[in-house]
Parts: sequence; structure tokens; C-alpha cells
Amino acid sequence: MLCNRCHQREATVFLTKIVNGEKSQYHLCEVCAKEQGEIFSQAAQGFHFNNLLSGLLNMESSPVAAPSTTALRCDSCGMTYQQFTQIGRFGCPECYHNFAARLEPLLRRIQSSSEHTGKVPLRCGEQVKLKQQLETLRRDLKQAVMLEQFEEAARLRDEIRDLEQRMDATERQG
Amino acid sequence: MSLGNFLENAMSRWMRDGGPEDDIILTSRIRIARNLQDKPFPTLLTDSISDEVLESTKTALASEKMKSLGDFQFLRMADMAPLDRQALVEKHLISRELAEDSKHSAVAIREDEMVSIMVNEEDHLRIQCIMPGFRLDEAWDLASHIDDALEHTVSYAFDNRLGYLTACPTNVGTGLRASVMMHLPGLVLSGQINRMLTAVSQVGLAVRGMYGEGSDSAGNLFQVSNQVTLGESEREIIENLRGVVQQLIDHERSARRMLLEQNRTALEDRVCRSFGVLAYARQIDSREALERCSDVRLGIDLGMISGVSTGILKELMVMVQPAFLQKYYREELSPGERDVRRAALIRERLRLDDTEVR
Repeated sequence: MLCNRCHQREATVFLTKIVNGEKSQYHLCEVCAKEQGEIFSQAAQGFHFNNLLSGLLNMESSPVAAPSTTALRCDSCGMTYQQFTQIGRFGCPECYHNFAARLEPLLRRIQSSSEHTGKVPLRCGEQVKLKQQLETLRRDLKQAVMLEQFEEAARLRDEIRDLEQRMDATERQG
Repeated sequence: MSLGNFLENAMSRWMRDGGPEDDIILTSRIRIARNLQDKPFPTLLTDSISDEVLESTKTALASEKMKSLGDFQFLRMADMAPLDRQALVEKHLISRELAEDSKHSAVAIREDEMVSIMVNEEDHLRIQCIMPGFRLDEAWDLASHIDDALEHTVSYAFDNRLGYLTACPTNVGTGLRASVMMHLPGLVLSGQINRMLTAVSQVGLAVRGMYGEGSDSAGNLFQVSNQVTLGESEREIIENLRGVVQQLIDHERSARRMLLEQNRTALEDRVCRSFGVLAYARQIDSREALERCSDVRLGIDLGMISGVSTGILKELMVMVQPAFLQKYYREELSPGERDVRRAALIRERLRLDDTEVR
């Protein structure tokens, strides 16, 4: 198939453009594709989830809190919240703490919750593991009370007390 | 070098071997994102810090723990020719982003190419395991072992509440992306694919065509993966994905059965024509090659063609890509020349098998 534009060279770039729901297809040769500045393969791959994310962030930050967001800055790496909303990526691990207040609604939107329940690093892990265990036990306890399974609830309560004592002990050691 | 020898050397394990449900599932892939403590993410990386990250990773790789998990080769992108980087992208061992931002980045690849660890991509470390067939649990176990072994030497950025901290908040928590590459010609031919894709995205999973958008995906290849990384444990994420994929497998199987019952002749015609094109064409572009390979693979699965190895789709899916083609022929090829050489390579590959069309 020949290029739609120069009608001379073999078309090797096939592009489907969807603009406002209207679909149009182009068959171009590499030369014309480059000239048109539409190196689609790269342009398309360059489009990152982050672009969508920054759309989401900007939408959210526009109405009320604009002045405070411009001032918000991570004191560890220097990235501003404004910059984050533009690139959709943080500058350093500390950004999560420094932008915590603004992050919460975002995480609720893009994630299923804001509590990690998965794997924990081996080394810093002991305390975190106990904490996760505690969370699970407390949830179970609530459920047991709700279902009026009081024997089970009493057992869980004792287990929670044990665990809390163990956590206190390790904390003092650390 | 003969094609047989070249393939022997150039193919990853995932391209060569089979696995559970591999008539529909080509590969299972696990990727986990990790960052080193107290260092800015690659977003803000300077030359000196990126070197520190590379050095820390090298040290971690050299540890006894890591050595017990296999031989890794450490490759800095800056030291590699663009064509070699591109070939790694085509083999799915590194991401396009890693190959493009080559100044600071590197990859460690295990000998069997089932494990690759990207350094200074969007996150400091991205551990990837790719296995043939439907083996998400196995891939996760391996990735998790590598993760533990690395952590013996380096400390990760971790928050008690938010989990593993990543550059992009879409990865925070587990840092896990589990994905499965599926061959779904039955659903595409029977016109059910769009309905399936919509349903899958409604249960919180992402689907995309491997080579193209939505239902236009060349070669009927689709990738299904989890989107949420925080709030569910790794096992829950994988279990959820597995459940949905299992249903897709069942639907694909029944679509194939239905096509066979209702349109046998049309289906056989399609499969055999495609086989004819692959066996005799003198020039072919990569899109057509993928589509024809998909038909032939379907024909193999349905018992219409015998003798062609079932791995043909996976193998050619990588082999017909530009960088691989040029590596095999060891010269730079213009797009027009590529189509000619691609056709020649496919003919040669089919001759390696003892094919019979019924």
C-alpha cells in the first residue's frame, strides 16, 4: 500500500486517530510520518497514565484550595505540589508525608483504600506485621460482637491484649 | 548462523517453553516496584545519585543470597547499541521507557531471561518475572524471593500505612502489577470481545491490546492486569486476576467450539489461507504477519494443522519485530526490505517444522 500523503513510498505507519469519537485512519510512509511530526509509535507510547492522573489532580485542586496548593512543597526534595500535579510523579519517598493531606482523597479515588495490607520488608517488618495482625484481630472482634458470638469475642479480646503487650515490649527494645 | 541456532540463542524461556493453559495464555508476568530509602525517585535523579543507585544494585546483585537465585548479567543502557536495547524491548525484558532514557538506566537479566531487574526506570528497581503459560503464583513467588534477596543488602522506602513507596501513586502499596498475555481469536472472530473487555474493566482490571488498541489488536493478543495496588494483599490481587482470567479462558474455549460447530468451513479456509500466506509470501508487514500467525496458531489448537510447533505465535511475535529481524540478518534494513526479509524468515521458520495441513 502506498503512503496517503506522498503517494510514492510504501506506507509503513498505520495510524488510527480518534478525535471526539470520530475515527479516521491514515497510512503513511516513515518519511511523511516524521515530517508531519507525528511519530505515532513514540507519541502514543509517551502518553502515560501519569498524564491522565495529572488531569485528575488538577481537576480536584482547582476550585477552592488553589492558594494553599501552590505554596505546598516537600522540604526533603523541594518538589512542589503544583509540580506533582503536572508530572503525576513524586520526587522522593518523603513527598508522601509532606503531601499527605492532599494525597488522601486522591488515593481513595485511584486505589481501593489507603491502608497497605500486603507484603512487608523483612527487616523493618516485625513491628508492621504485628500491627497488621492487630488490625485483622480488631476487625474480627467487631464482627464477632455484631454477630453476638461472645465466646469468640472474648477469645479475640485476649489475643488482642497479648499482642498489644508484645508490641509494647518490642517497641521498648527498639 | 542457521535460524535454528539463532533461535536457540536468542529466545527467552517464556518464548520457547509451554505451561498450563498455554493454548490461550501465552505468558504470566509479575512486576514489583521498589525504591531505595532516603534517595530521590528517578524523577529527580542527578548523575551522582543515579550512580549511587546503580552501585547499590550491583552490590546487592553480587550478594550470596542473590547468587543462589541464578546468574545475572548487568547491562547499562548507555553501553548498549540502540538495536540491542530495542531487541530487549521486543522480548519484553525491559520497558520502552528504560530503553529510551538510557543515560541513567540499567537492567540485570537472569540467564534464562525469566527474571529481569530494571534499574532507574520510573522507580529505582522494577523486578519482573515472566513465565510461559498460566503461572501467576509461581511468577509471584520467584519475584518475591528476588525481592527478599535484594532487601538483604539494600533498604527499601516503606511506610507502615502506605506500604512500599513508589514514584507514581498508582503503584504505591504492593507495587505489584500482575498481568497475563492472552490469545483470544475465538472471542474476536465471534464478535464478543468488546463486551468482554468492557466487563473486565468494570471489575477493576485493565485490558489492552498487545499490538494496537482495543479490539483492533493485531494478532488477537491482549494483556489483562490489575490496576489497584493499595488496600489488597498481593495474594488477593493475584487471586482476583486469576479468577477473571479463568472466566475469559472458558469463554474463549466455548467461542472456539461454537465457531467450529457453526462455521467450520469458513474457519478452516481462514486458517489454511493464512498458513499459505506465511508459507509462500515474498513480503509481509508485521501486522499481517501477526494476524496470520494468530490464525495458524488457532488452526493448530483446533487440530486443523499438525506438525507446526505450538510456540510459533510467541516465537514469531518477537522474531518479526524490526530490531530482531535486523539482528538476525545483521544489517540495517529499510521498512521495505524488512517486509521481504520478514517473509523469508517466516518461510524458513516453517520449514524447520514437519508441517502437515489436513
